[in-house]
Amino acid sequence: MSAGSDHIVPIRIYLAIFAALIAMTAFTVWVAFVDLGPLNLVVALGVAVTKATLVVLFFMHVKYSSKLTWLVVTSGFFFLAIMIALTMADIVSRGWLGTPGG
Amino acid sequence: MSSRAPDGAHTHLGASAYAHQFDSAEQQHSASQLGMWVFIAQEILFFGGLFVTYTVYRFSYPQAFAQASHHLDVTLGCFNTAVLIGSSLTMALAVHSAQLGQRRRQTLYLILTILLGSIFLGVKTIEYGHKFHEHLVPGATFLFPDGDARHAQIFFSLYFVMTGLHALHMVIGIAILAVLTVMAWRGSFGSAYYSPVELTGLYWHFVDIIWIFLFPLLYLIGRH
Repeated sequence: MSAGSDHIVPIRIYLAIFAALIAMTAFTVWVAFVDLGPLNLVVALGVAVTKATLVVLFFMHVKYSSKLTWLVVTSGFFFLAIMIALTMADIVSRGWLGTPGG
Repeated sequence: MSSRAPDGAHTHLGASAYAHQFDSAEQQHSASQLGMWVFIAQEILFFGGLFVTYTVYRFSYPQAFAQASHHLDVTLGCFNTAVLIGSSLTMALAVHSAQLGQRRRQTLYLILTILLGSIFLGVKTIEYGHKFHEHLVPGATFLFPDGDARHAQIFFSLYFVMTGLHALHMVIGIAILAVLTVMAWRGSFGSAYYSPVELTGLYWHFVDIIWIFLFPLLYLIGRH
């Protein structure tokens, strides 16, 4: 059969992923009310990225997909990272050098 | 899994046939999968533009964003997150039962997915209603007495555009799922041909992922 594209994932794996996603949702809500300073954002995004990764790997079957699928998925997120990184490099560094004559 | 062999003369659609430009049903299957992923990569960047906009303004006006975020209902947002994750589970199970050729089960799971998606949209409608009622919709009637109204308005503009675009994706998803439900009930999908269910599943899970990021960014910032 072709490169695992028709891999049949056992139901218990779907249920385990579902349970993990619900648990992480509860955790991210709870931790949002705890003051961690700047770490709040880091934790919230860390949980979101982990949840998204689980969905992509198991619900969307990428774990069992071909190398070509991996390439397309990764390039999608890679270009998103470029867009965010370069935009923020501009926004964050704007005040650094001061205004001429200011 | 062993696919049924094509019946010689290629019929246009059907459980065991493939279109004439493909060498095999497997090749057709992986080509359609790849096509869907290219579409989703494009969707990542499509939503990405909004996430970048959010990041820029959140960085520029963190106080106003935190204040504005307090006006969203965490309980409803959390409930909707659970509903959407549940709909992703039923969608995954629909694909699973299509792969195994279980007609009744896949129909049931598709209907459950539609139901959960509709509950999500219903809750979203209630939330939007509250925002109109509380004058938190950007525009002439916007009222934000407890702080930086100008920049809070940016937060709510992003809130409506991002959740609105997400909801639009869900409406389209539900429409596609409705068609699939009828097809599944009629027995169009089985172990040899289930690409439409699988590709719709990819789309549905992608929409779930968008919400996985929208929920903390919009509802949970500045709660502590």
